[in-house]
Amino acid sequence: MMAARAFLLALLLGWSFAAAADVAVPPLSGRVVDQTGTLSAGDADALTQRLKDLQTRKGSQVAVLIVPTTQPETIEQFSIRVAEAWKIGRKKIDDGALLVVAKNDHKLRIEVGYGLEGALTDVTARRIIDEIIVPRFKTGDFAGGISAGVDRIIRVIDGEPLPAPKPEVSHSVDPNMFFDIIFSPFGLIGYAAIAAIMRGLLGRLLGSGVTAGVVGVIVWFLLSSIAVSAIFGVAAFFLTMFGDSILAASQAANRRGGGGGGGGWSSGSSGSSWSGGSSSGSSDSGFSGGGGSFGGGGASGSW
Amino acid sequence: MRKLLTVLAALATLSLTNCGYNAIQTNDEQVKSAWSEVLNQYQRRADLVPNLVNSVKGFAQQEKDVLLGVTNARAKVGSIQATPELVNDPGAFAKFQAAQGELSSALSKLLVVTENYPQLKSDALFHDLMSQLEGTENRITVARNRYIKSVQDYNVGIRTFPNNLTAMMFGYKEKANFTVDNEKEISTAPKVDFNASPAPAK
Repeated sequence: MMAARAFLLALLLGWSFAAAADVAVPPLSGRVVDQTGTLSAGDADALTQRLKDLQTRKGSQVAVLIVPTTQPETIEQFSIRVAEAWKIGRKKIDDGALLVVAKNDHKLRIEVGYGLEGALTDVTARRIIDEIIVPRFKTGDFAGGISAGVDRIIRVIDGEPLPAPKPEVSHSVDPNMFFDIIFSPFGLIGYAAIAAIMRGLLGRLLGSGVTAGVVGVIVWFLLSSIAVSAIFGVAAFFLTMFGDSILAASQAANRRGGGGGGGGWSSGSSGSSWSGGSSSGSSDSGFSGGGGSFGGGGASGSW
Repeated sequence: MRKLLTVLAALATLSLTNCGYNAIQTNDEQVKSAWSEVLNQYQRRADLVPNLVNSVKGFAQQEKDVLLGVTNARAKVGSIQATPELVNDPGAFAKFQAAQGELSSALSKLLVVTENYPQLKSDALFHDLMSQLEGTENRITVARNRYIKSVQDYNVGIRTFPNNLTAMMFGYKEKANFTVDNEKEISTAPKVDFNASPAPAK
């Protein structure tokens, strides 16, 4: 009983300490995260649409976050934590920007990713805050201030030459697709069938060559990438040429008869987990950061 | 016999990856890059200072002492060779930190002084420079934070078993971290005295 009570007390104490800790980083539920209910649904939707357009046009990601307070941290400490957690902006290009508003603290900040520091300099960010957002906030027009500020941020980013956003075609050559083809039952069985037929008809060397060619052409059609199809072709050539001897060797090493080799193949074809990964990637409804990094650039202001 | 050799080879590989040598290398590189970022941002601040001093000079000629203080602190910062090897030398590290701290306090004195010159505060160039300085100070804070974390990772790495044996063998020492040099000053509450004449910010 005593121990249980002590445990409970400890739990409660831990709870109260946790409550005094920093504000947790809100989950990235969309391009506009409003925890205060300041923006109407229509405003938020319009803002989201404009930010989405920016991403399809320029590739860079911009997000808006409105929280009640960042206490006990300063808004700079809080916003860099959010930026590190959300990772908006493309990886290596780091072209993300984040507008954080702490409504009850009367503070706001534009956090700028490394790649945008040249366009959205500290001075520019400060001007957007001081000359565009703050006057509107002072009159209580939060939706208008945020909308006008985001518009200006978008215009600044539009003026910056950034690497073009990836077109849909190149998007299909992602690693997931790779593994889907390798590990899909159809791909493996189809390959095995082609290899067996070609080797039976044409002999080991010639059969391997023809199989490699067929595999290469099929992959080329599927992924429209010559380099990848060449890799597949070479792999198919060696697999057809030496595959049976490798299999035999592994079986001999296993000393378990045919079961070992068969198990190996079947485990290879259990590619359902990979296809699961790719299906979640193709869904476009969820917004997620692209892996951009931030170094504390930007400006803060208050109203 | 061959089986035994295979097992031995596997064991050797495992023990090599488990002795933490690679982890130490990774953490070491992390510390180096974090430190470079700190230097980078400090350099950015040092580059800003001459412009700032010039823009203040135009409006507040009579604040010679403060301006001189900033210029001297800036010169001192510039005279210290900031190399990546600095992190392995606690003495040099402390000296570097002291110089940067001096520049920080000189700059904050300058900012206090500028409060007395409304004309200066409304000057567009000065306003821009201040935004840049604020942004740079924030970048320095972020870079220092990241450095502190990377050093923590590194130090924990070389002090815990079994990596400490590897670290001892190859002579990896703990790396210096940032400290607050005016700890006592911060922990005492500031005195507020309304009777004193408006202090000419020193």
